[in-house]
Amino acid sequence: MPDWAGCFLTNWPASGGGPGGVILAGGIEQVNTKRPGDGMMSQMDGDIYLDYAAGAALHPAALEAYASADVPANPHALHRLGRRARAVLDQARADVAEATGAGPAEVIFTSGGTEADGLAVQGIYLARQSGRRRPYLLIGATEHPAVRENARLMESRGGQVVEIPVDSAGVVSLAKLERHLVRHGAETALISVMAANNETGTLQPVDAVVELAGLHGVPVHSDWVALLRKQRLDFGASGLAAVALSAHKVGGPVGLGVLLVQRRVGLEPLIGGGGQERDVRSGTVDARAAAAFAAVLRQDLESAAELDQLLTPLDELISSHPALTARTPAWGHLPGLRNFTVADARGETMVYLLDKAGLAVSTGSACSAGVAEPSHVLAAMGLDQATCLSAIRVSIGPGTTPEDISRLIEALPEAVDRAQAAESGPAKPKHSRT
Amino acid sequence: MRLLAALSGGVDSAVAAARVQAAGHDVTAVHMALMRHPAATRTGSRGCCSIEDASDARRAAARLGIDFYVWDLSADFEDLVVSDFLNQYSIGRTPNPCVRCNEFIKFQVLAERAQALGFDGIVTGHYARLEITQDGQVVLCRALDMAKDQSYVLASAGPEALRCCLFPLGEVGSKAQVRAEAEALGLPQADKPDSYDICFVADGKTGGFLRERLGVKPGPVVDQSGVVVGHHEGAYQFTIGQRRGLRLGRPASDGRPRYVTGLDMANRVVRVGPAQALMTTAFAGREPVWLDAAASAQAAAADGLTCAVQVRAHGVAVDCLVRAEPGGLEVHLEQPLRALASGQAAVFYQADRVLGSATIEH
Repeated sequence: MPDWAGCFLTNWPASGGGPGGVILAGGIEQVNTKRPGDGMMSQMDGDIYLDYAAGAALHPAALEAYASADVPANPHALHRLGRRARAVLDQARADVAEATGAGPAEVIFTSGGTEADGLAVQGIYLARQSGRRRPYLLIGATEHPAVRENARLMESRGGQVVEIPVDSAGVVSLAKLERHLVRHGAETALISVMAANNETGTLQPVDAVVELAGLHGVPVHSDWVALLRKQRLDFGASGLAAVALSAHKVGGPVGLGVLLVQRRVGLEPLIGGGGQERDVRSGTVDARAAAAFAAVLRQDLESAAELDQLLTPLDELISSHPALTARTPAWGHLPGLRNFTVADARGETMVYLLDKAGLAVSTGSACSAGVAEPSHVLAAMGLDQATCLSAIRVSIGPGTTPEDISRLIEALPEAVDRAQAAESGPAKPKHSRT
Repeated sequence: MRLLAALSGGVDSAVAAARVQAAGHDVTAVHMALMRHPAATRTGSRGCCSIEDASDARRAAARLGIDFYVWDLSADFEDLVVSDFLNQYSIGRTPNPCVRCNEFIKFQVLAERAQALGFDGIVTGHYARLEITQDGQVVLCRALDMAKDQSYVLASAGPEALRCCLFPLGEVGSKAQVRAEAEALGLPQADKPDSYDICFVADGKTGGFLRERLGVKPGPVVDQSGVVVGHHEGAYQFTIGQRRGLRLGRPASDGRPRYVTGLDMANRVVRVGPAQALMTTAFAGREPVWLDAAASAQAAAADGLTCAVQVRAHGVAVDCLVRAEPGGLEVHLEQPLRALASGQAAVFYQADRVLGSATIEH
């Protein structure tokens, strides 16, 4: 094995980095700070987790409930052992209902938030086609793909998707919604508007949407995945026809979601089967996972205001740094989440640089094969493609400390400089070959 | 040193990364996403653009315990490689996209990003030997394993780009050794087949890809005496020396096989002729890139430069005399070569050492 360093000379400037050069090295050396015990397990040794919007670590109460749940048989079985399992599932259903202001019969367990959204959008759309054709599916322009793509799937079933435009803060236009409803309310199958956007944290005026929709008799579904446990949900009082929830965003297990649906709302199934959940969702329900999610929901809500205040230093940096622009509205946003764009840099480069400094953040938008797609949310807010690819999302949770945010504040300016330098190189041939 | 290892998903780049890691360097892995929407269901190994290649690269990095990132270079790849590929075919040349990808994507775009992000160099799984001499000259030599030698596709990157590279596989005896190392390290791709096709042509059928992107442009096929002997749907589908796919209605008067001998893109004419019409004893080289300053000077001197030239990736080198001319090089061959195609690289060697390269103009 030859010594590679021996046959290798670099012409890259020493100031350009190398051992001990920059934020990368400095950051990594300092990351091994232990977090105070906070009830959440740290995700990675020493790394600071600032991507709670993508998923939180399993809450100890969830782990405990999962492990100790008395599930000796299939909860849908009729024998005594089955009834024991069923009791766990029923209790979990009651707990979920209690925590969300719903009735137990309104709780449908699913495989996650995506299935819950899909069941609501497709299921309500299809059920609303009986008796009268109602082609329109009205969705917010910044809806999660779980809503948007399921709505688009209905185009092959005669559906017509209409996106309700948003303003530069990402808030849906009630005027445009009203205009549509006045003209086509009777032909509209459903409206879907999320409670809080997962990328920017923009809160939507769901109450006003429900009120408008009510005048035209159109059911409203709302994706509550981002807002769950940040704000109290009272499904019964909301007037919403359906609400989608996901367990793993709040410390529950991955692979479990809930669709809350009013009893009077008709639903067609997504897939056929035994119809274990209200005759519309098939497949054996994971009673242990349901118990684990319920255990999280039984925990006291943390103060969302306190959580959000942790991010004040980041807000200050974003507003004072010339290259950074806040994309999360100052008012009316999801507590604990900030989205900002970086001028002349790529979000993926920022994620890389911050990762090397031991800070786990996200670009916020969907990935395919690890490549960031331009954010459709920011595009709907009127931003150009380069800006859409320059976004960074910081989302915090119960484990986050003020020191974590200080570390981010320290690392960000250097990362911005580096990421901008990485883009400034000539991305064209040095010598032309035609 | 802080090194960036480009992981394609294949076995070579994974073992290259493992070797520099074992030598004690601080290694970070990056997979270049070259297609924004890769064909998800593509199977087997067709280069580095499929989802399964990205996944193989990620698994290899995880196995080695090194940080892994995907960098989206798809816009650059489309601009600098795919567009050029189509453009070259449309003007009657035969491009080498792998050479171009090395030159502009790996050793320019990737290397510049790496440099800006604080890396000291990049590591790839190319089979070639690279040394920097005491006086700072970049010396690129053929790999020890001639069967896998890739110095031909590296030559045009030029000395300044190569200075920042490490090719840890240049010294291995054989591919079998690389596979054995991969297996010993538990790398998932130890027995993954080698890739040969053009990575962005999903089904491996270049003709269909060109037809889809360039459209049908029918024209005549004419023989040496100017007689129309057939028709084609696009002259870009042919390359000099090609025999198959001509679908000529009637046999040649001498009964011998006919080959493509020339392409007149402006008039959409494909010329065909007998095998001997393909033989060449001299050609011009455009835009020479020299790795050896002495060789460059010798080419400009009265006697010219005596060396060997290789004109295709898996070809043999033949002796030649190279003279610098205004606007490029003039290359005289000791023995005739068959079917030289404009647009391909000519790489000059003295024994194992790469002296320089140029683009064939013929």
